[in-house]
Amino acid sequence: MAAEPESPEQNSDRRTRRYTTAKLLLVVAGMFGFGFALVPMYNALCQLTNLNGKDKGMLVSSNVQEHEDDSREVTVQFLTTVNGGRVWSFAANQAQIKVHPGKLYTVMFTAKNEEDNAVVGQAVPSVVPWSAARHLHKTECFCFTQQPFAANEEKQMPVRFMLDPDLPRDVNMVTLSYTFFDVTQLAQSVSKPKS
Amino acid sequence: MAHEHAHDDAHGHDDHAHGPDKGIMRWIKTTNHKDLGTLYLFFSFTMFFIGGLMSLVIRAELFQPGLQFVDPELFNQFTTMHALVMIFGGVMPGFVGLANWMVPMMIGCSDLALPRVNNWGFWLLPFAFTMLLSTFFLPGGAPAGGWTIYPPLVLQTGNSFPILIFAIHLMGISSITGAINIVVTILNMRAPGMTLLKMPLFVWTWLITAYLLIAVMPVLAGAVTMLLTDKYFGTSFFNAAGGGDPVMFEHIFWFFGHPEVYIMILPAFGIISSIIPTFARKPLFGYASMVYAVASIAFLSFIVWAHHMFTVGIPLAGELFFMFSTMLIAVPTGVKVFNWIATMWGGSMTYETPMLFAIAFVFLFSIGGFSGLSLALAPVDFQYHNTYFVVAHFHYVLVPGAVFSIIAAIYYWIPKWTGRMYNETAGKWHFWLSSIFINVTFFPQHFLGLAGMPRRIPDYAVQFTDFNMVSTVGAFGFFVSQFIFIFNVLACCYGWFGRTRNVSNQVWEGATGLEWSVPSPAPYHTFEDQPLVGDDGMPVHGDAVAAAAH
Repeated sequence: MAAEPESPEQNSDRRTRRYTTAKLLLVVAGMFGFGFALVPMYNALCQLTNLNGKDKGMLVSSNVQEHEDDSREVTVQFLTTVNGGRVWSFAANQAQIKVHPGKLYTVMFTAKNEEDNAVVGQAVPSVVPWSAARHLHKTECFCFTQQPFAANEEKQMPVRFMLDPDLPRDVNMVTLSYTFFDVTQLAQSVSKPKS
Repeated sequence: MAHEHAHDDAHGHDDHAHGPDKGIMRWIKTTNHKDLGTLYLFFSFTMFFIGGLMSLVIRAELFQPGLQFVDPELFNQFTTMHALVMIFGGVMPGFVGLANWMVPMMIGCSDLALPRVNNWGFWLLPFAFTMLLSTFFLPGGAPAGGWTIYPPLVLQTGNSFPILIFAIHLMGISSITGAINIVVTILNMRAPGMTLLKMPLFVWTWLITAYLLIAVMPVLAGAVTMLLTDKYFGTSFFNAAGGGDPVMFEHIFWFFGHPEVYIMILPAFGIISSIIPTFARKPLFGYASMVYAVASIAFLSFIVWAHHMFTVGIPLAGELFFMFSTMLIAVPTGVKVFNWIATMWGGSMTYETPMLFAIAFVFLFSIGGFSGLSLALAPVDFQYHNTYFVVAHFHYVLVPGAVFSIIAAIYYWIPKWTGRMYNETAGKWHFWLSSIFINVTFFPQHFLGLAGMPRRIPDYAVQFTDFNMVSTVGAFGFFVSQFIFIFNVLACCYGWFGRTRNVSNQVWEGATGLEWSVPSPAPYHTFEDQPLVGDDGMPVHGDAVAAAAH
């Protein structure tokens, strides 16, 4: 371009333009970060409101005191799904049981690896209705950790759980659902850098 | 493409040091806002044509039940790519092209603030879309999981997946550079006297659109980056097995996606607000309320996203919040529609082609708005979700909405760009055929949706046949009608009706605004010396300038 000498006015114009551009670029960077910040925000919101039927207690073992309320009976149903419909046969040993709030129960699930090679599974729990999620406590669950399976191995897996007596009065049926995911590749890619 | 409108007239430019280069390098190296506007518009036309061909394949397949022309996998590729090409390649670059041409001429500055960034922003697009369209020829074919790229389905895409993500990143960078350029130009480079509340509505709507782009395109970039790392780097943002949640993607996507639909309609509001006062020969009714309405719509667009996902299982309180916040958008939108009608009320109306398209916009966009209100009702949406009713709704707001406004804008401003008037008879034919066929295409889709026909399916139950046949006939008719438009535009550019450029500066009797004060065709460089803008939005001339300067 022609090298014309710039007047001081043009210089300050250029500076304001650069300043506005820099500010807008900061907004762009901020919004890119905000996209990622939505992830922890979403998880925090889900736990706060029990959205998705996920509660902190769903994924870790909790200490519970038994104080049975035998005046109430609640039906707990068990649903099992295998993501993608392959790899395992997976079912609860009983479709449903009747429980008293405040008492610990153990139910067994059976999963069989139908592949001829070793796989790693991870079960993801969910509870309906959502209002029941924070009142379901588990002292033991196969969903707390990844489950390795040898080729064609069949496993009996326990869940020990209790519904606390604060369960809302209008809830008389709770559905506990487990979806089994094949995380063989995920487990390898996570463990590789450590070794 | 190397035609030289505006420049084979020998007079008038001798005093400028640099005119356009000759040949192809002019277009590759240009930093001129008019050249880049032209490039954007030709790119947008090309993409509309390609996306239109894809829609014809879709409609041909849906002419009858059963599978005739394409297998379901290829059908899904066409629906996905049709949407991506039309949204990111057609509508958005079309509006950016118009902004390139008109914003500097409307606010009285010589070019955009960052001309080289402008060049870069445009030239990213041909690469992005060449990559995206090349996926049709890869093993596994093009992306087929819908333009909303929901995981886990989209993660099953084959070799084309990383190319899709990279193409979206390039489109995003292009949009962001364009948006920053427009904001910096509007905020810093207005002619003296051009106060914010004197700016033409097209400039206002583009300023707000640009802010929306800056706010949400980076969020989309973040979301697709998470998809990429989920597939290739072992993260689990959306993978339930690793503690993630696929529904979270829908939240992030629609946090981008809902402002995105306003990005595609706000500039259209600006265009219509320019055209209607011209042909009604009255100033725009309720200018300030128009500005505030656009700002309110932009604000509300950030808090309504979950109305796209009423059926994923959000709690009742969420359904209610998103339902009512969505319906609230009808208020500022209604303000705009009533203002357009009030502008026409009692005006000395004439019905040239741009005005016809503008009136059709007001009427047909409102129909799209009403079906949008139906969909905003959460209990009703459970029935309508993922049916052809949704397809009818968003095509009504995008085709007779956004696309008609782009067409209207080109008819309205092309005499200024080329110095030649388009052929009015051909323009009228184009308008009537387009308006009839677009309704033939999309109106029956409302009935199909209400009767339960799902979208994105290549086959359907026999009772849907009649309406689908009507819709297909309309789609082919609409596509063919657009050749009249292409002919008319090229005729203006190349002077097929005579080489003379005999259009007055003002072009339209009722037109006001700075862009009508420069010669037709607009010289390569306009407003090198900024005009002083008077209260009527027109330059103050001669002695008045001198008087104002002292």
